[in-house]
Amino acid sequence: MPTTFNWTSGLVFIGFFALVTVLGFFAARWKAGDLTQLHEWGLGGRQFGPVISWFLVGGDFYTAYTVIAVPALVYAVGAYGFFALPYTIIVYPFVFAVMPKLWSACQKNNHITAADFVQGIYGGRWFAAAIALTGIIATMPYIALQLVGMQVVIKSLGVTGELPLVVAFVILAVYTYASGLRAPAMIAFVKDIMIYIVVIAAIWLIPSKLGGYASVFDAADHFFTAKGGSTGITLKASQFTAYASLAFGSAMAAFMYPHTLTGVLSSKSAKTIKQNAIALPAYTLLLGLIALLGYMAIAAGVKVTSATDVVPALFLKLFPSWFVGFAAAAIAISALVPAAIMSIGSANLFTRNLWKPLIQPNITPSQEATNAKVVSLAVKLGALVFIIFLPTQFAIDLQLLGGVWILQTFPAVVFSLYTRWLKLPALFIGWLAGIGLGTTLAFMQGIKPIYAVHLGNATYPVYIGVLALGVNIVLTLVLSAVLPARSTSISRSPI
Amino acid sequence: MSSESIPSGKRTAGTLLLLIPYVALLWLPFYNEAHPSLMGFPFFYWYQLLWVPLTSLILYVVYRWVR
Repeated sequence: MPTTFNWTSGLVFIGFFALVTVLGFFAARWKAGDLTQLHEWGLGGRQFGPVISWFLVGGDFYTAYTVIAVPALVYAVGAYGFFALPYTIIVYPFVFAVMPKLWSACQKNNHITAADFVQGIYGGRWFAAAIALTGIIATMPYIALQLVGMQVVIKSLGVTGELPLVVAFVILAVYTYASGLRAPAMIAFVKDIMIYIVVIAAIWLIPSKLGGYASVFDAADHFFTAKGGSTGITLKASQFTAYASLAFGSAMAAFMYPHTLTGVLSSKSAKTIKQNAIALPAYTLLLGLIALLGYMAIAAGVKVTSATDVVPALFLKLFPSWFVGFAAAAIAISALVPAAIMSIGSANLFTRNLWKPLIQPNITPSQEATNAKVVSLAVKLGALVFIIFLPTQFAIDLQLLGGVWILQTFPAVVFSLYTRWLKLPALFIGWLAGIGLGTTLAFMQGIKPIYAVHLGNATYPVYIGVLALGVNIVLTLVLSAVLPARSTSISRSPI
Repeated sequence: MSSESIPSGKRTAGTLLLLIPYVALLWLPFYNEAHPSLMGFPFFYWYQLLWVPLTSLILYVVYRWVR
């Protein structure tokens, strides 16, 4: 990593950053709506067609942290790091089948969050509040990790200190406050096009400098053979269940997060969501190629002390400085879009499902929107403080636990679309047990996502989120069967 | 979203089609191999990458067919 500021890459970076800042403020007037209404500020007026949604959800789901962390994992362990690929493929049949139903249910009742939807079906306040709290807590460290992505690329430009990060985030916070979801929707266009350019250039040029893909894979193969352990360019048989369950669990969790749901709910129709499920895998192809940057770094002989530096280090080694600046801007802007949508999604949850029902029931619609705007500011400041004052590992651990937790909202959100047979106390207990078990198992492993299940003489490592979800579902079903009929407790139930 | 008007046989067939990528990608013995390689990519990699357009195609077929 360089220690002096490179003017060429630095100026290219600043130029693109300035461009998206202008766009962010300009976005308030785009497809103009009354931004004092929460569905206008927080869902962009529910009017995004297939093209805007494609950029928005793509920009939201494939984050800066992904671009940094996936190649870093592949660089460190090889094939195992590729679970992100099957994960981001099998997520789409799920989105295709389930999300249009959720959209329709939410649009009919002006729901803007998953917790709204759950509250609408089961009544009460406390379970919806629990769903909302799960979403907020799972998302906060995710926002912090976007900052890590930004920090890594800023460092690669030869800039030290936290000031650039603070400036970038304050700008982001202000235009999200002003423009709401319209800001990231507009910036997503720039971000996605830039990332496509960077990745296509990288996968085109880098292998030719390194002697082709065959020699890239060869170099990785030799590297891992020498390294030993559970690494390699194919999986060890003992890694199969971990790989598959991580892919499956992550795919089921992905669209339970407030930021991805916000993206889905901002679509203008259920049909738009189906069309997007067909077209969004284009980003997965991109992600697969981004993952390969980890092997290219090995083949190029890149040595880093922290694996997260691997992508910028590879670019610095092989690209001219103007392109390093462009790539750094692309990754930094990739952090802005999800960070904005995550803070909006969390703010929607806080306002709709915590503040309004528990503290200020007679809040007016415009007070509601103001409340959400302020919360979105607070959420981002929280993430900034988190990253500046706490070890990065803390955010990584929390994000991992967040994935386990958010998955426990799956039965309440998804099953309720198909059946009215489930009972509120059953869902609540299932959720609680899933969170409790998932957290306990994760801590027993020293905050790792995998737990080894012993069946007879065999051992199967499995993603903890999936184990906890299994217990959650079984409890929900059994308790729904044995608890007394719902008619007595519905709608006025205190939970 | 008039799912009620779709014949149930057709809907079941659509659901089964949607499950294919899960089977293809979650059963690792199908593809945890280096050979045959394609354009320098070991089988493990090009097989998974191939499932990206295949999944899009399946979704497209279901979209056109089960509406």
